[in-house]
Amino acid sequence: MKDWRYRLAEQRGTLLAFGIFIVMFAIYSGNHPAGFTANVVQTAANKGVLLAFVAMAQTLVVITAGIDLSVGMIFTLTNCMASWLVVGTGLETAFGVLAVLGTGLICGAVNGAIVIYGRLQPIVTTIATGAVYFGLALLLRPVPGGSVNEDLADFLTGRFFGVVPASLVALLVIVLVVWVPFSRSELGRAAYAAGSSETAAYMSGVPIRRGKLLAYTLAGLLAAIGGLFLTFFTYTGEAAYASGNAYTLFSIAAVVLGGVSLFGGKGSAIGAIFGALAFRTIGDLLFVFDFDPLWQPLFQGVILLIAVSLGAFALFRVRNRLEWFL
Amino acid sequence: MSETTHGGIMGGIAGRMPKFIRRADPAVLTAFACIVVLLLLGSLYSRNFLSPEYLLQQLKVASFLGVIATGMMLVILLGQIDLSVPWAVAAGAMMACAAAAYGSVGVALAIPFGVLCGVAIGIVNGIGVAYLRIPSMIITLATNAVAQGLMVVYTGGFSPQDSATAAMRYLATGFTIPGVPNAVIIWALIGAAMVFALTRTSFGRAVYGIGNRERAAYLSGIDTRRVVMIAFAVSGGLSAFGGVLLAGYASKAAQSMGDAYLLPSIAAVVLGGTSILGGRGSYLGTVAGVILITLLQSILSVMQMPEAGRQIIYGVVIVAMLLLYGRAPASR
Repeated sequence: MKDWRYRLAEQRGTLLAFGIFIVMFAIYSGNHPAGFTANVVQTAANKGVLLAFVAMAQTLVVITAGIDLSVGMIFTLTNCMASWLVVGTGLETAFGVLAVLGTGLICGAVNGAIVIYGRLQPIVTTIATGAVYFGLALLLRPVPGGSVNEDLADFLTGRFFGVVPASLVALLVIVLVVWVPFSRSELGRAAYAAGSSETAAYMSGVPIRRGKLLAYTLAGLLAAIGGLFLTFFTYTGEAAYASGNAYTLFSIAAVVLGGVSLFGGKGSAIGAIFGALAFRTIGDLLFVFDFDPLWQPLFQGVILLIAVSLGAFALFRVRNRLEWFL
Repeated sequence: MSETTHGGIMGGIAGRMPKFIRRADPAVLTAFACIVVLLLLGSLYSRNFLSPEYLLQQLKVASFLGVIATGMMLVILLGQIDLSVPWAVAAGAMMACAAAAYGSVGVALAIPFGVLCGVAIGIVNGIGVAYLRIPSMIITLATNAVAQGLMVVYTGGFSPQDSATAAMRYLATGFTIPGVPNAVIIWALIGAAMVFALTRTSFGRAVYGIGNRERAAYLSGIDTRRVVMIAFAVSGGLSAFGGVLLAGYASKAAQSMGDAYLLPSIAAVVLGGTSILGGRGSYLGTVAGVILITLLQSILSVMQMPEAGRQIIYGVVIVAMLLLYGRAPASR
């Protein structure tokens, strides 16, 4: 095979997610009463970007063959923090943003440290730490409220030159600053290697522990960026259990749609971003077609169920039945 | 496995102990020790803590979690996990109450119908895990979302029948034997059935076998996929039955009633010494875990700890206990 075909095969999941998104968004904007206008794109982008950040966070952990069921709660916690701290003068706001992002880093690092050095299962660990993060969020905001620096919020949720949604630009910047360096670094490759085969990676002297710790930590940071943007959109902080859980769930759906293997070692955050945007668009299709919003949770659940079941097609390629049992 | 892990220093001390303690799982012993410590701490705080009425009340509250944790344990023994508990609980409760709206036949069939809905959720999980080989935490999250969607559609638009039937209330709060709440008897019966199934039937041995190594179990002639499927169906059914009891206890069903049972049911099983990787664990440990969690919740509410503090203490305690004895072997 030629070189480009290998590259194409490697990016197949991402391209598929991109394709699904384009088709879904075409149907969405085609049937939207206002049509394909800057306003519609901006609203869709603002909703989609939140999930995209959380899905990127989930991707980093899923690549290491782990799972982070606390991303939604880190998202909620940082939302509550931002509603206290990201206010006031420019300097105070900057300090607040740094504090919020630092909190996300710490939450992610705690998850990673417990999973890697404590040798506990990611799933139980992150359910338990998720409870802690939600408890902290509830301490900060027993009732919804707070505010945010509205100049910054409006700048980051508005449009550049009247066309380009600022939130999409922010997403692009984060991808360039966080994801691209990570995936090209030695530790990023270690994270992939750990997810692909931890034993083999360990035997070859790959720094799997540091790679995984970095992945978990950056996942916390990305979830915090998501929480920050949620505050920019809503102007308030709210410790909502249901919404935190929903984001965790949707992040897994986005990751699966984005072609990231849940067994680890395969996929990219770019795919997960398109997975997230596609998932959001599919969820909003109901509104364009005037369905009762009551059906939305069921519709999203069914999409998730179908998305995770699609992976089962790989079973037909298995010749030896013993390979069913990993 | 347990010999090699807990040998060494522990072996030296254990050698001088009576036989029944020597044979017991250190994790189960730790859990029971923690229960004693919690009771002592509680009695320092309030004198009523050691009164028979209070303890019986705790046992009754524990039995709801106990029923749900029984199903969770079966799934965890396989090395899988069931994250569809919240909406399986809610669906069981809501559907049982819903059935009661259809005349006397509906009232009579309310409880079986609720449980069957849970079994249906479990069967979808089972098909996904056993036949489609989807990781259990993913497929159970997905069925949880679908169950939630179905319940939202069901409750929306009109106000459904949501009060529990007399039979449900009787099961949860009545007394068949004076002094012993029915809920406790039900938990004891389900627990006894589970102990029997796990230790005396080929199904139970197959569950442990699959949890240790599914490949080996398959090669030794076990229909592993059917066993996994049944285990998930049982887990779904027991979650729904727990929901039915809870609805009877609160005399109505509510949408979010299952949310508070996911983490506790996993925690109870794991704190009771069942390996989250599967293949190892005893029901006695799960009983200890359930009582431990219930007492912890009770003490926190007696101390009037706000919800935020409860969540934090909860998560910290579970991580701390797991770090004590739930660690995986080092990779070398």
